[in-house]
Parts: sequence; structure tokens; C-alpha cells
Amino acid sequence: MSTENTAVHTHDEEHGETMTKKKIWNVFFILLGITTIEFIIALWLVPKGYIPGNIANPVYIVLTLFKAFYIVAYFMHLKFEKIGLALAIIVPILFIIGLILVLTNESHHWIDLRG
Amino acid sequence: MSAVAVSPIDEVKSTPWSGGRSPFNVEYGKMMMWFFLLSDAFTFSSLLISYGSLRFSMPTWPGADKVFQSVPGLLESGAPLVFVGLMTFILIMSSVTMVLAVEAGHRNSKKEVITWMILTIIGGFMFLGCQALEWTHLHSEGFWWSSIPTDHKVLQEFFKEGIPYGQQATAAHAFANLFFTITGFHGFHVFTGVIINIIITINVLVGTYEKRGSYLMVEKVGLYWHFVDLVWVFVFTFFYLV
Repeated sequence: MSTENTAVHTHDEEHGETMTKKKIWNVFFILLGITTIEFIIALWLVPKGYIPGNIANPVYIVLTLFKAFYIVAYFMHLKFEKIGLALAIIVPILFIIGLILVLTNESHHWIDLRG
Repeated sequence: MSAVAVSPIDEVKSTPWSGGRSPFNVEYGKMMMWFFLLSDAFTFSSLLISYGSLRFSMPTWPGADKVFQSVPGLLESGAPLVFVGLMTFILIMSSVTMVLAVEAGHRNSKKEVITWMILTIIGGFMFLGCQALEWTHLHSEGFWWSSIPTDHKVLQEFFKEGIPYGQQATAAHAFANLFFTITGFHGFHVFTGVIINIIITINVLVGTYEKRGSYLMVEKVGLYWHFVDLVWVFVFTFFYLV
């Protein structure tokens, strides 16, 4: 057992989960689809006024978070790793997202501070 | 050993955190790459957060669909966000080819790994070329660190009607500084990623990983490359969409 971390083997063999070529291309098309939706919103729905700008912005961010989830979980394989490693990465990122929201909100008040 | 009862402290344990093994069941280098990427995420987050809070503290901001409406070399205007859409597509494609290289590595298929790695490198160079074109185009309009277009009429094109020139200038300066700094940081990461990918591909070619018995190195640089793609997804959203 103590040779386990020096043994050369893919840990995929252990838990049998892996990305097949089919799944890889699936995720690609999901990413492409989400990006296409973002472009449709930015170049058609918002200019024509169907969606106001202040609704579109959170929508972009949510769609981007979806893309980020797919890249991190499937392309970077985090979904298949041990939960400890996944949380070690994800929890700090949740703090960062919290900071983004807090500072963006805060910055709206800074307008009044400007000369 | 023998049938003698062993005190708990002397028992050989095999739980994840009892030593002698990787608790997360990953190779050391891979775990360290993840933690490096987390630290790099902090760097980019701080840049993007400063961008966000600075921008929304200003009464006005250049419209992205007005600033980025050219396809350098082809169209001077009228194609909002087309070029950046192309850049995003190129980078996502190179991420896909990278994953395919990793997948081929799992099957120890040296030829396929080389093919997909070379495609990833080409994608990286294409992205860098596009970013260079984007920079050159903006620079030719007068934008640079601490520099905005001197012609008031040119600057007005990037804003809604009725914004005072002073506000336009302040916002344009902030926009230019942030744009070149953040895309510069990101471009530098793409560049180092491409160099690293080239080194690893050479190693694959000479059979280093074949001898080693594992293409884990490809997986590790793959993580870095996906991170670069991930950062671009966020930069794209915050600069070009929001």
C-alpha cells in the first residue's frame, strides 16, 4: 500500500470513471450551445430591447458559471476526483464569488463619492 | 503477524489520512498543479473584481459592442463581437483537443497524443495571433496603457449620446488600462501554456512518457491549459458581454 503513490498507474482504473471521446464532444457542444445563447442575447435580444441590460448581465454571469462548471468538472476531471480535493478547490472559489457580488454591490455606492 | 492483540496505536491503518498514501488518491504533481491553479485563480479574480468595482463606480463606460466591432484585416466596423467570438471558439476547441490528448494518453496511444497536442499548440498560437491583432487594432485607434484616442469625435463613437467629454475620457482611460492589463496577463498565461505544451509534446515524441509508462504529465499540463481557457471564458464575459 505504501508504494501506491509512487506506482505508475492512472487512477481512473481504480474508480472506473473516465471521459470517453463521446462524452468529451458532448461537453464541447454544451459549451458551444451556451456560448451561442450568450451571443444571441448580446447581439439580438438586448439591442432589440427584448431583454433589458440589467437582466442580461446576471444571465451572462450565470451562463458563464455553467460553462465554468462543465470545464472544471469534465475537462479538468474534478467531478471524478475524491470529494476532499474537489472541495479544497471549490470552497475558496465560492468565497471569491461572494467577494465579487459584495464588491460589485459596494461599487454602485462609490458613484456618489465621486466629484 | 501473530495472534497477539496489537494496541490501537500500533495497528497498520489504511484509511486515506493515516499516512503512506495520497489522501486524495492523486499524484503529488497533480495535486500541486491544482493548488497552483487555485492561487492563479485568486490573481485573476482580484484583477476582474477590480475591473468590476471600478467600472460600476463610474457613471459611464465604453460600450463593448461599439469598441469591438471590427474583424482586423477584413472589416473595420459593423461586426460587433464577431472577432472575439472567433477567439473564444478557437480557445474552447483547443481545450477539447487537449482533453482528447489526455484521453489518448490514458490508452497509451503515443501517436494520437502527439496529434491532439500539436492541434492544441496550433490553437494556442492562433489565439495569441488573434489577440495580437485585437491589440494592434485598438492601438491604431489610439488606445494603450495611459492613452486614449485624441480625437473627441472618435471617442464619442464608443459611448451613448449626451455623455460629457470629461466622463468619457476618464472611463476610456480606465477601460484601456484594464483591458490591456487583464488580457495581457491572460495572453501571457496562454503563451507560457503554449511553450509548456511544446516541451511536453517533444517529450512525448522522444518517448519519455512511453518509457515512464504513464502520460500523467500530459494530464497535468492539460489542467493548466483548461485553466487558461476558463479564465478567458470569464474575461470574455466581463469585458465583452456585461
